[in-house]
Amino acid sequence: MLHQLSWKVGGQQGEGIESTGEIFSMAMNRLGYFLYGYRHFSSRIKGGHTNNKITVRPTEVRSIADDLDILVAFDQETIDVNYKELTENGIILADAKFEPVKPEDSKAPLFAVPFTEVAAELGTTLMKNMVAIGATAALLNLENTVFQNVVDEIFGRKGEAVVEKNMEAIARGREMMTELIGDRAGEWELAPADGKRRMFMIGNDAIAMGALAAGVRFMAAYPITPASEIMEYLIKKLPKFGGAVIQTEDEIAAATMAIGANFGGVRSFTASAGPGLSLMMEAIGLSGMTEQPLVVIDTQRGGPSTGLPTKQEQSDLMAMLYGTHGEIPKVVIAPSTMEEAFFDTIQAFNIAEELQLPVILITDLQLSLGKQTVEAFDYSKIDIRRGKIVMEDIEEAADKAYFKRFENTEDGVSPRVLPGQLNGIHHVTGVEHDETGKPSEATGNRRTQMDKRFRKLAALKFDTPVYKNTPHEEADVLLVGFNSTRGALEEVQERLNEQGVKVNHAHMRLIHPFPSAEMAPLVASAKKVIVVENNFTGQLANIMKMNIGGHDKIETITKYDGTPFLPGELENKVKELLS
Amino acid sequence: MATFKDFRNSVKPNWCPGCGDFSVQAAIQRAAANVGIEPNELAVVSGIGCSGRISGYINSYGFHGIHGRALPIAQGLKMANRDLNVIASGGDGDGFAIGMGHTIHAIRRNIDITYVVMDNQIYGLTKGQTSPRSAAGFITKSTPGGAIEPSLKPLEVALTSGATFVAQGFSTDIKELTAIIEAGIKHKGFSFINVFSPCVTYNKVNTYDWFKENLTKLADIEGYDNSDRGMAMRTVMENEGLVTGIIYQDTETTSYQEKVPGYSELPLTDIDIKMSENEFNDLVKEFM
Repeated sequence: MLHQLSWKVGGQQGEGIESTGEIFSMAMNRLGYFLYGYRHFSSRIKGGHTNNKITVRPTEVRSIADDLDILVAFDQETIDVNYKELTENGIILADAKFEPVKPEDSKAPLFAVPFTEVAAELGTTLMKNMVAIGATAALLNLENTVFQNVVDEIFGRKGEAVVEKNMEAIARGREMMTELIGDRAGEWELAPADGKRRMFMIGNDAIAMGALAAGVRFMAAYPITPASEIMEYLIKKLPKFGGAVIQTEDEIAAATMAIGANFGGVRSFTASAGPGLSLMMEAIGLSGMTEQPLVVIDTQRGGPSTGLPTKQEQSDLMAMLYGTHGEIPKVVIAPSTMEEAFFDTIQAFNIAEELQLPVILITDLQLSLGKQTVEAFDYSKIDIRRGKIVMEDIEEAADKAYFKRFENTEDGVSPRVLPGQLNGIHHVTGVEHDETGKPSEATGNRRTQMDKRFRKLAALKFDTPVYKNTPHEEADVLLVGFNSTRGALEEVQERLNEQGVKVNHAHMRLIHPFPSAEMAPLVASAKKVIVVENNFTGQLANIMKMNIGGHDKIETITKYDGTPFLPGELENKVKELLS
Repeated sequence: MATFKDFRNSVKPNWCPGCGDFSVQAAIQRAAANVGIEPNELAVVSGIGCSGRISGYINSYGFHGIHGRALPIAQGLKMANRDLNVIASGGDGDGFAIGMGHTIHAIRRNIDITYVVMDNQIYGLTKGQTSPRSAAGFITKSTPGGAIEPSLKPLEVALTSGATFVAQGFSTDIKELTAIIEAGIKHKGFSFINVFSPCVTYNKVNTYDWFKENLTKLADIEGYDNSDRGMAMRTVMENEGLVTGIIYQDTETTSYQEKVPGYSELPLTDIDIKMSENEFNDLVKEFM
């Protein structure tokens, strides 16, 4: 029995590869398995090679498997591009229709299965995916009934007949495969799972759900890969909560509209990726200067310019920290799991309102779009804090004086009145201003207001700024990362610890302001620090050096080819640096 | 009930003496009072430029944003609090150059706010460069040989973008302008109001006298029907855009907010934002 299965389906974009992976995953998820998905796709609607690799375990998994056990191919390209990942115990199931050819050096055998032909016999070639799932079921020794409720759910609205046909396709695929493979049927059977129901979602789902749970009632956004799912989720859900989403004309409108709504007193935000964030930079400065809360989600993808729109990268970090002209206080958060994505989104809204400043939550493509299993989020942990909104009546001021919206308070955070309130009239402006919001260029006022704005950061309350797995007081190496590299680093840590290397792991969740108090001791107690990043210049390593030094021991492993780190390659690179 | 004096504050505008913007400000204050709203029920959102300062000169909630972005800020604000009266305002550079995209989309979107453009056909605050509203041949610091590009036609753009309220005023005629802005505030949708507001310092061509000579009041055109978009377009074109009055109004229009599925009738700011455990569990189950 296997303790991990790595399964991949590939073909031309637009021919149902996505849904094949989806149906297989949903069924496995419902059996209680943990899954981690990785989609390879291109920036086009139809055509081009696409594949969906799914790692399945009866225990937690947060990274892509190094190799592959089963490859389901709907075209020759899928075989040619992916066969090298297959192990000796691997297998290729290919649609007989395209007369598949096994590469000479393939360690894994190839079975041509008439997916399309059988589907056509059953009425429509569309069902070739279900035949392939049936074939997979034969290898995994899964009962056909495992797929019943998933098929019910997906095809139920098309009627009983469609459901039955699809189940029949699964059954036929299974029969055929059983016959073809002989005694090896069931050889890929996984150790049993606990049967517990868990959530299976992408990071963008977790963020969107987090926003809704945080009380967001307005979103303004412009479609972009890999952020659009956030907006699409809220378009579906907000009507039930009285709220609205506006698809704006551009990202500048999205960010400024969100600022306007926040000024109005509603929790609102926008989500985009690098190109959109570049356009939003002036608005982010406006949020900082006018002290209006703003949450922006940046789902990083390959840059610069249009870059690699559908590929993994973590290269927006510096831009998120230092983008926008001039200087404003800002908070940058980087969740690395589904649970963190959900709760950090809530934290982002709390911080934005408590400190009245922009909060940027960054993810990367793999975290945003990789589908993963996660335990149901805990409702009791949802905490909403709105800061200094003035709820009580305000006394009338003499001579129509403005309310001191930018009062120079001890913690730098001023009372916030929402438009509409009697006697709360005030002015906000991106021009330097005095305590009442009137423009002022006086040198003393400038110092007071700058000091006040930056003082706010000291009041930042952030739950768990760094994820730490640091079993060693003195470590041979400290591995550091952020966002989706978490699983690969966890895996490498585990493997190297077993090999006798003392490895600590820190994954940064709060990046700015830099949690020096948490990170400095970890760096100090390690002989070497390796920062793992999907970018060219080692941005996180540089940020660490700027804040806590350690120039003599901080090294980087970078990758900027558009693909996420695999544990195996990372393990080798870490070993190289340690030798 | 508030009078126009209640919409005044103690801030002294930094506009040049004789600037057309003073009268626009006065007209907004009078219109607000005439409509019967209180200062705390009004928010003025402005852009950047001389005219952008207006949000700080009216006793109301004010948001002085960034160049060209008054409209998205104002729309977001209105979406947050539908009970608030929101007026967006700025210059022709703000609305027709850097912010033109937002102007067209705000017009088509039809959120219930009022947009007052102070159109002086020049960049004043940056000390005299050409604007999209400058006429071809207009000599400025950035067009020493005369502007090569033709002037942008905001009324035509508004009409073809599906505007439900299009008007134009002249800052000298405060009475007409007040009536226009009043109608704009009352209009249940996006109101687009262009106002000729002469720059006495940098525009020596489009002066008060020039406008007085060249403007035609729609009220003086016999049989003019401002519910007829075609007639509106023809009249604007025939008069080269030099008309004042309410050019077009669709009184039957439904604003954006009324069309958004499920959008709360209460201001979003008044809704309890914490969801119940049952609502939450339903969301969780969808992913299982």
